[in-house]
Formats: sequence, structure tokens, C-alpha cells
Amino acid sequence: MIPMALLVVSLTWGLIRIAPGNFYSTERKLPAAVEATIRAKYGLDDPWYKQYATMMSNVVRGDFGDSLKYQGQTVNEIIWRHLPYSATIGILAYLFALIVGLGAGTYAALKQNSILDFGPMSLAMFGLSIPNFVLAPVLVMIFAFWLYALPPARWGGFSSLILPVITLGAIYAAYIARLTRAGMLEVLRSDFIRTARAKGLNDRTVLLRHAFRGGILPVISFTGPALAALLAGTVVVEKVYALPGLGDIFIKAVLNRDEPLVLGIVAFLSILIMAFNLIVDISYGFLDPRIRYE
Amino acid sequence: MNENGHNILSVDGLRTQFATEDGVVKAVDGVSFELRKGETLGIVGESGSGKSVTSLSIMRLIQEPPGKIAGGKITFDGTDLLSLPMNDVRKLRGKRIAMIFQDPMTSLNPFLKISTQLTEVTRLHLGHNAQQARDHAIKMLKLVGISDAEERMDGYPHELSGGMRQRVMIAMALSCDPELLIADEPTTALDVTIQAQILELIKELKDRMGTSVILITHDLGVVAGMTDRVIVMYAGKVFEIAPTAELFKRPANPYTRGLLRSVPDPEHERGVPLYQIPGQPPDVANLPPGCSFAPRCERAEDICRSEFPPFVEIDPGHHSLCHFAQEVFKEA
Repeated sequence: MIPMALLVVSLTWGLIRIAPGNFYSTERKLPAAVEATIRAKYGLDDPWYKQYATMMSNVVRGDFGDSLKYQGQTVNEIIWRHLPYSATIGILAYLFALIVGLGAGTYAALKQNSILDFGPMSLAMFGLSIPNFVLAPVLVMIFAFWLYALPPARWGGFSSLILPVITLGAIYAAYIARLTRAGMLEVLRSDFIRTARAKGLNDRTVLLRHAFRGGILPVISFTGPALAALLAGTVVVEKVYALPGLGDIFIKAVLNRDEPLVLGIVAFLSILIMAFNLIVDISYGFLDPRIRYE
Repeated sequence: MNENGHNILSVDGLRTQFATEDGVVKAVDGVSFELRKGETLGIVGESGSGKSVTSLSIMRLIQEPPGKIAGGKITFDGTDLLSLPMNDVRKLRGKRIAMIFQDPMTSLNPFLKISTQLTEVTRLHLGHNAQQARDHAIKMLKLVGISDAEERMDGYPHELSGGMRQRVMIAMALSCDPELLIADEPTTALDVTIQAQILELIKELKDRMGTSVILITHDLGVVAGMTDRVIVMYAGKVFEIAPTAELFKRPANPYTRGLLRSVPDPEHERGVPLYQIPGQPPDVANLPPGCSFAPRCERAEDICRSEFPPFVEIDPGHHSLCHFAQEVFKEA
């Protein structure tokens, strides 16, 4: 896991380097003397492997240095300052997606091939096909400008979270609903469900005790990366709703060529994604005793 | 046959159908039989003959849709099962009618501990609390010959061999002391030595608990050793019913005779091909007019291809669905 994170950081670093231009190549040409001083300060004249070694040794110690754009602030400070916004929206969107997705998927599986199956599933297909940069303005138009029910943008109180959370979670809810339905249908057809019915258990017990665990296995493997993506992938949503989260700062960092900040965020997110994948693998063992490790 | 008072189960003109893309498949088409208290009844037939569907219909476990019990009557101890509300059916299932399935590898829930799967039955039907249910489950596991029952309770099905799993299934099925046990090919998925053990176990428990048993199998050897009477099914219909000994000695249906001839005989001469019934089991969605076995029957005449055969009583308790039942019976 750690080598993987370092590889990601290395690649990101390489990509930033390969891309033409840098933080100092602004419209207005810097005086040659100033540029030389800066280059010397950040070691930009050193051979690439030396720069890489310096960067790596800092990263390994968890030190990403100062942001180039926001003078005097460390990358770590900036990440921790903006993370809570993204995390709040991301986690709420995750819960929203799980509750709606699992509920709708299970329900659809039980009512397979009826209107109660096709209804939610068409809606899910709809949700999957609408990009969130389309969904967001539509929601804002309906709930903020027509109904005056919710604020259209900016951070402030629970009501301001509702639209971003729905916008962010909709696709995941739709995806989870489809995975749940498929998983549940597969399990409900299996022999051991017939055994459970033959014991005289009622539908609810059959569903919750016997079918659910197996049925949501495909969902579990999806939710780990999904949670990381929700925390990281708030870029569009934060932009549309003007929220000061990590995604917003990430985009700005890339546009500014703020190399330490980009590296820091990438490293942070990749570790996050890998951590969630690990959690998923471990939780698999709890759900399915057959793959428990000795 | 016997008068109704002695029957634990009677199935009368059962018709179970499945809607498929090729049309309606009449998986079970007018099946009737009775099961006496304490009796073991065998149902034999090839795959697709409707024997499993018959048992699932009795349990009301036919998936609807695509399946549908289109007609007939199933009476269990005076109760009409087909008109019973689902809630009451559930009270019978697992308690008074229990079932063992073919494949013990897939019939136990891989996600749940053995203890959970065993105790939930008695907690549901006998009102056991956790401790009572656990004690009872251990007792049942010992009864079916699992010696390290306490340890096994907290294990999962994948830790057990096929034979052990089928023992667990039997323990589960018998834990509420049911009056009727339906065993749907209980030994098909097991190897031969284990087969014999499992059959012996069912027989022994049945005698001890006085359970009536329906044993579904395609293995005539199993039928011979286990059952009092046999039903031979073909293409969703009962082709012959007879006491087991008589069926083996004097079959009154060419299909039964074909089945009996296709059992390999240890004294069979080498180099001579084994007997097999020619052709394939019919497509139950498109049955020929007349007798459905006629295309494969060595004895078929014109009448067999045009007219549906009568269900003839040859001997007391011995019926056969054939135009030439008497002749076949006498030839034996």
C-alpha cells in the first residue's frame, strides 16, 4: 500500500514536470535576477533526480512543504482546513447513496419485473446518465429559484447541504441500486433461499437474515472506492455550489501549478482510496466466512 | 387404495405449469397419489419428469411467476394446502412438513453459522429460547451422527464435507419432528459410500420418529431399498404406481420396464452394450398427441400415437398408464 502511494506521488510529480510551463511562467516575464533567485531557492536548477530525491524524502516524512500560491501556509494546513467541507458533503452523500440505493435495489429485486421494479430502476438509469454538472443547476432552479425551499449555494447550515449532497450522491445511489438489485436477484434464486423458505421463515427473515449479506457483496466492493471518490470527487459540486472544499482547492492548485499542494492532495487522496479499499477487503471477510483469512 | 383416514397426504389431479418463452410448460400434469401414515413413497423418473416440481408444489414453493399451480388438490392431514393462506402454509413448513434438497453444497446458507441455521427453525416453530434451541440443535446433530456437534455448531457449512452437510440438512429438517419428510434426491450429489450412510440414516430416523417420507430419486437402487410403494413419472404424468416389490418384479408399463432394464447388472456380459431407452426425454412444452412415451416405446402401436392411454388398475394398488398395461404385466 505504501509503495503504491509513493508510486502515485512519483507519477504525479513526473506529470507536473513534463507538462510545459511552471508556477513562475506567468504572463508577465519575471526579471532574470528574480527568477534565478527563486530557482535557486526551490532547487529548480538541480538535475531532475536530485529534485526528485529531495521531494521524496520530504513526502515520506509527511512534509509537503509550503504552498507556492498561498505564501506561508503549509500544504498540510491547507488540506486540513478544507477537508472538513468535502468530508461532510462526501460522507452525507455516501450515506444518502447507501440508504437510497440499498433500499431501492432491494425493493426492486423483491418486486422483480413489476412496475415497482421498473419504476425505481428507470429512475436509477436516469440518475446514472445525468452528469452532476447538469443535475446541479436543475436542482438549484427547482428548489432554490422556483420553490424558494433551499439555498442555491454557499456554506451555511444544514439546508445548504441538501442540494450538494443529492447532486453528489445521485449517481452513486443509482449505481448502488442497480448493484443491489442484481446481487439480491442472484441470491434470491439460490438453493439456500429455497431452504430458508422451506423452513417456514417469513419473507422478511428470509430477506434480511438469509439473502441480504450475500446480496450486498457486490455493493460492498463498490462502496470503498465510492466513498473515496465521493470525498475526492466533489470538484464539480463544490464549484457549482461555491463550497470551499478540497476539490475546489485541488483544481485551483493544478491551474496555479502549485506543485507542492497538488502533490499533497494527490498523495492524501490516494492513501484515502487505498485505505478504503483495504477496509472493504477486510469487511468482505466478515460478510462472507468462506473468504476469511486464517 | 386405502381409505382417506389413513392418508397423511393426498394429491389429486395436481397440475403445475411454467410460463416460458416457448409457451406453457406443463411440468406436472394431473398427478394423483396418496401417502399413508408412516409410509415411504418413492417417486422416480428422468430429469424433467416433474418429480421435483411435484414436491415443491406440495411445499407451495413454486415460484410465482413464472410457475403456477393451475389445478388439483393437495390435502395434508385434512387441510387443503392449495387454498391455505401463505401465513398458514409457513406454519406448516419446517414444522409438520419438512424438506431435504438435492445439493447439500448449495442448500445451506454459506453466510450463516450452522447454529443459526439450525436454531432458527425451532425458535420459530417450537418457541424455543436461545439456549433451548441450541441444546436441541446439538441433540439433533448428534442424532444424525455428527460426533463433534458442539464444535460444528459454530462452524460454517463450507467447513463440512458433502455428506456432513446433508446430515446437517437432515437434522434441520427433522428438528421439529415433522409428520411428512420430502427428500428430493437427497443422495444424488454424494458419492456412493456416503449415499448408503445417508439413506440408512433417513430410514432409521423415519422408523424411530414415525415420519412419512416421500423420496424423490432417479436411482432405482435407492427406491428398491427404501420405499414401500413407487410412483414412476414421465413427462409430468404418473405412468405407474405399484408396491415396490411388485413394480420390480412385474412392471406393467413399458417405460418402467425400460428403466429397470437400463440398470447395469454386475453379471452383464462384457462387450455387449448396456441397454438404454432410445431417444431423449420429451419436450414438455410440445408433447405429442396420444401417449407421450410413444415415440420412444418399443411396444408402441398406432393407437399409442393418436389416443391418450387410460390409467388402468392391474392389481389392487397397481396402476399403469398404458394401452397395453395388461399385456406388459403378463409378459413380465
